[in-house]
Amino acid sequence: MEIATRSGSGVLIKMTKDQIRAEIEAGSGDAAEKAHIPGLTSDEIDQILEILTERSKIVSVERGREIVLSRDGGVLKYTGCTRYAGSPLSKEQAISIGERIIGLDTMELGHADYSIKPCKAIAQDEAHHMENAQMVSIIPVLYGAMPNLGTYYRSLGGPWPAPTDLLKDGKVKESRETQENAAEDLQRDIIYVAKIMDQSGADGFNFDTTAAAGDAEFYATLKAIEEVKKETSLAVQVGMAGEMIMGMHCELDYKGTRLAGLWPHQQGVLVEKAGASMYGPVVNTKTTKSFPWNLGRAVTFIKAVTRTVQIPVHCNMGMGVCGVPMTEVTPVDAVTRAAKAMVEIADIDGI
Amino acid sequence: MSFGMGGVRTAGDLIARAQMERRLKIREAKAYVAKKLGVDSVTLSDEYAMTELRKKLDIGLIMALTGYAKGLAAKTRISKTCDLKINSVTRLLEKAQLRGA
Repeated sequence: MEIATRSGSGVLIKMTKDQIRAEIEAGSGDAAEKAHIPGLTSDEIDQILEILTERSKIVSVERGREIVLSRDGGVLKYTGCTRYAGSPLSKEQAISIGERIIGLDTMELGHADYSIKPCKAIAQDEAHHMENAQMVSIIPVLYGAMPNLGTYYRSLGGPWPAPTDLLKDGKVKESRETQENAAEDLQRDIIYVAKIMDQSGADGFNFDTTAAAGDAEFYATLKAIEEVKKETSLAVQVGMAGEMIMGMHCELDYKGTRLAGLWPHQQGVLVEKAGASMYGPVVNTKTTKSFPWNLGRAVTFIKAVTRTVQIPVHCNMGMGVCGVPMTEVTPVDAVTRAAKAMVEIADIDGI
Repeated sequence: MSFGMGGVRTAGDLIARAQMERRLKIREAKAYVAKKLGVDSVTLSDEYAMTELRKKLDIGLIMALTGYAKGLAAKTRISKTCDLKINSVTRLLEKAQLRGA
């Protein structure tokens, strides 16, 4: 008998139970081989198989195993961003909808560009929205932004030469120097914005899509977290950009650990050391593979994270991450199945 | 809806705060909040029981019922009830020149 499931790009496909099991096993094997972590046990594979072959469209977790839902993107997902809902709402109204209508556990304020560099120029205006939101909200409201080191390079309007341009000319040393300079600026700007958000009564700071520009961005973020924890009362949440830290610099380390090439469970240890309260690992979805393959792979990675990292793990589970198919409107059958597997097998603390 | 705590419909906001401030994993965060509220962990995600308890403790509701604590007032009571430091509450009390939460 064939069972409905999804491709990694979200298309509805059909597979036999044996095919689904083989896909889960292969996905798990891929993660285990790449990150040198244990694969899923036979029982765990059977458990995912059972979740994937449940007949109902939406599945749920066992009573008492509900988890905390935090946000990335926050108000951006509701308000005037064309890539999201684009509803004609104020930021304060969006936060209120998140709390009072959707029933989220935390909410997040953010700027449409969502990168630290443009946020810096309007930080006081963002603080005004935060103050308004804090007056009427009950759930924790964090400020969110991407470190986005790329915005500090000339190719994106920043002050420093782009390392990729320098590498094209074989200037390895100069490429490293420009990343170090940009990282210093990023670190300074994060602290500037965080201090203003602290004054406005924010509950925390969410670094979203961390290390998108590689190891230098991760380095700057970790150093900034240390400072934010020292200088403010903000809780820090760190969501990652990808499953592996790209080695754009390759010689940077944090407390003795080289940053390039780190996998989710290794990234989380450093995030915890820096002083963050919550860690959001990412596992990239392969669109050419099936949803069962991607889910088996993602659960294997995240299980290694929750066994290694001592702070709450809120894995990223939107489009194209942690097993969820890479499509703009994510199918609810796939999202709920992926979430159930993450809760019941990987033992996550939130999403 | 199918796997989240449910925010102020239940005790989701309180558990999120315990995770953020005390860096507690989900089971420990639930145990912490359950102890502070005097209930068991399963009750924390029960909409009926938590609405009644939130009314009794006056720590904010999903409905906008007249006379119950809302917004910053609800957070001030949450801070005291659950022994959680809340930045906006601390700043309110400082501005009002009252003793810090």
